[in-house]
Amino acid sequence: MDLRRTMLFMPGNNPGMLQNGGVFGADAIILDLEDAVAPQEKDAARLLVAQSLKTVDYGTSEKVVRINPLDTFARIDIPAIVPCCPDAILVPKVESSEDIQEVARLVAVAEKPGQAQVKLIALLETPRGIAEAYRIAKADKRVVALAFGAEDYTASLGAKRTKEGTEIFTARTIVVNSAAAVGIQSIDTPFTDVNDIEGLVADTQLAKQLGFKGKLSINPRQIDDIHKVFNPTVQDINWAERIIKAIRKAEAEGAGVASLDGKMVDAPIVARAELILYLARLLGLAEEA
Amino acid sequence: MNQLTNAIGRDLPESIEGYGKVRPFAGAFATLPDMPRQAPKVKRALPSEQKLVEDIETVFKQIPIKDGMTLSFHHHLRNGDGVVNLVLAVAAKLGIKNLTVALSSVFPVHAPLVEHVKNGVVVGLDTNYMSGPVAQAVSHGLFPRPVVMRTHGGRARAIECGQLKIDVAFIAAPAADDYGNVNGVEGPAACGSLGYAIPDAQYADHVVAVTDHLMPYPLSPISIPQTRVDYVVKVECIGDPKGIVSGTTKITRDPVGLKIAETTAKVIKAAGLIKDDFSFQTGAGGASLAAAYYVRQMMEEAGVTGSFALGGITGYMVEMLEAGLFRKLIDVQGFDLDAVRSIASNPKHLEVSADFYASPFNMGAAVNKLDVVVLGATEIDTDFNVNVVTGSDGVVMGGSGGHSDAAAGAKMTIIVANLLRGRLPIIKGQVLTATTPGETIDVLVTERGVAVNPNRTDLYEKFKAAGLPLKTVEELKILAEKMAGVPESITTGEKIVAVVEYRDGTVIDVVRQSK
Amino acid sequence: MNELKPAQAGTLESNDIMITMAPGAQGSGVIIDLESIVLAQYGPAIKQTIAAVVAEQNVTDIYIKAVDRGALDCTIQARTLTALARTGVILQKELI
Repeated sequence: MDLRRTMLFMPGNNPGMLQNGGVFGADAIILDLEDAVAPQEKDAARLLVAQSLKTVDYGTSEKVVRINPLDTFARIDIPAIVPCCPDAILVPKVESSEDIQEVARLVAVAEKPGQAQVKLIALLETPRGIAEAYRIAKADKRVVALAFGAEDYTASLGAKRTKEGTEIFTARTIVVNSAAAVGIQSIDTPFTDVNDIEGLVADTQLAKQLGFKGKLSINPRQIDDIHKVFNPTVQDINWAERIIKAIRKAEAEGAGVASLDGKMVDAPIVARAELILYLARLLGLAEEA
Repeated sequence: MNQLTNAIGRDLPESIEGYGKVRPFAGAFATLPDMPRQAPKVKRALPSEQKLVEDIETVFKQIPIKDGMTLSFHHHLRNGDGVVNLVLAVAAKLGIKNLTVALSSVFPVHAPLVEHVKNGVVVGLDTNYMSGPVAQAVSHGLFPRPVVMRTHGGRARAIECGQLKIDVAFIAAPAADDYGNVNGVEGPAACGSLGYAIPDAQYADHVVAVTDHLMPYPLSPISIPQTRVDYVVKVECIGDPKGIVSGTTKITRDPVGLKIAETTAKVIKAAGLIKDDFSFQTGAGGASLAAAYYVRQMMEEAGVTGSFALGGITGYMVEMLEAGLFRKLIDVQGFDLDAVRSIASNPKHLEVSADFYASPFNMGAAVNKLDVVVLGATEIDTDFNVNVVTGSDGVVMGGSGGHSDAAAGAKMTIIVANLLRGRLPIIKGQVLTATTPGETIDVLVTERGVAVNPNRTDLYEKFKAAGLPLKTVEELKILAEKMAGVPESITTGEKIVAVVEYRDGTVIDVVRQSK
Repeated sequence: MNELKPAQAGTLESNDIMITMAPGAQGSGVIIDLESIVLAQYGPAIKQTIAAVVAEQNVTDIYIKAVDRGALDCTIQARTLTALARTGVILQKELI
């Protein structure tokens, strides 16, 4: 599974930001054609993002483009962007499985022969999107993640958006659950107060606890703090290594069941330990087995 | 005309008209002092004599100031200075010609100097930093003689050792008493430390305190003592406070600059320098100041108490002193109101003279005790030589200031820079104007990688072990050129418009007329 | 060429280039009037980049004023294409 601990939005009509996007170490860079671009500059942003995809080195960051919604400019964005080989497209304001299927169809037409298949990430920002989350998650094989956008969502609810987020609690768990039910990732909404680092860390910790695998970000200064939260801690890694050791010991001795610290080690626990070690090795926090 | 080549491979003429014989740069520590300190004539003041005179014109007539003299000024009032223009206007009015102005740094506010040169009032300039119309005029060849560019430490050395002989030092004095005691911490033009004025006061033949804030005798604290001051003049206003100090100097918000600053702090940590007694100097803005923010976080995490911070002192360093992160601040120049407030009230915040700060020819300047200095650059080359004098268009826009001094003294010298400034690659095959020699530059930190001077294998091993994003300086140059394209070289004219001296008085490079 | 209208793309922000185009009389050629903060170092390269994009789009008579603030090639190309599209040129698909 790809790392998407951070997905950093970059305004699509801003050359200075686009050319530096790879510097910040985010797991994914989102070149934004939608909310960050004024209506009269959509054409300029489209061409700038297309050129940037072809020439800018984004290092190991996944290249994601947030296109405009189907009811505005998606049908022009997709043929312009897809041949430039983005890794994924972030589809905003998704409300139904038909939305995703239509986008997938347009993307397939636009792909060049031999081009790696472009993935889709569905951004759920409305009550209907949340209600349809499970159907959207399984709408197409290209969908690799569900992302949640709380600002538009709370506006639709008529509720006040707060830092501790009670008003979005259920929507968040629906997104996590729907994604997990289909075996794909869930990505949490951005924390919008750039100057409140403590708030960012608390919000990210909550997201991790709920089961999100990453967070959308609106400022490069947030990247390192978000990574710190999602990275396995030393304690996590030590625990996971002990679990794997216990399993191996049990196998070697032909024992049916393994146990550690007096507790039975069953399949879900092993799965969690393996995921921690996988992440740790990917991040260089632990040695290869 | 015979050419010689100096130790960093720059070709120089043997002698330069309007400057004299060239002593070529031979290495950062290669040239030794071989002279005693110069001594101004001993004077006496009768008990009844008054020093307070009516105006500057009276001073000119009483000394008397004649054609061809060298007048010196400090730059603690920065872009709010009013004294230089005031004094030169008087010189022009009295028909005086062929003066040399030894002003430690030139700012846009000093634009009237250009007219004085056109009119022959001023023929020579001796300075450590230039910006604004004067810098442009120098680059376009206006001055009849090459400008002498020094470092802050080098200017103090030159004054002490007799290479820069000052006839009259005009000391802009934020506060003074009628017998010539001066400090920089009181008055409407308070600027903090007067470090750059102190050598002038000690060695000039005549010293004039120019103040807008006359205090009852005796003034305290005393930065420049009455024993060295000949005249005191009270004027309406010595400078505009808004141009002297900023409210507070702010850390950059540019995300790329912050990334560079964060990497810089990681470099310092990987070098093993974040420990008790850590000493540190950094610039007043941009990524340099932001580095202080990240260094502070590391010091706090490690529970470290530093020995001192040096410079150019900003409110951020004052905060660190007050938080107990450093035992002392050593201050040669204040940049904002917090620095002024602190030096006036905190005995742990020390005012020092330019020679104490950075002179290479004394028994040890403060820069010698530095663990780390973080500096900027307009260009750096693959030998790690740094340019801080000319911009990429070949026009003078700066000067060493304390750059070469701190780089020579510090255990580890870090240059922070965006790999591309706008579109321009910061790394060249050869910098246009060498200011600080590569042998004193240890690390270059950009947003796309860290390069270590090959002469520091010890640092390279440490950084590698810490997982820092290491690249060779050549790799970074190639990357920059791949992104931006290879720039056309700048061509310059033949005429030498400035001579760049290293801190020891040898010539490290020259600036030629821009086209 | 006569159906084309004057148009502008890009901004004066750092790292951007503002391109203003006006269709030229037949036979007037491609005229590029460049102002740049890096004129000495990249002037010819910038003009070449703009000219190449224009040529690829088969436009032969056009007046272009460019005010550059240190844009990289991909930005110059994108802004030139955008300005051309805004004048009414139907962009060739295969710019890739």
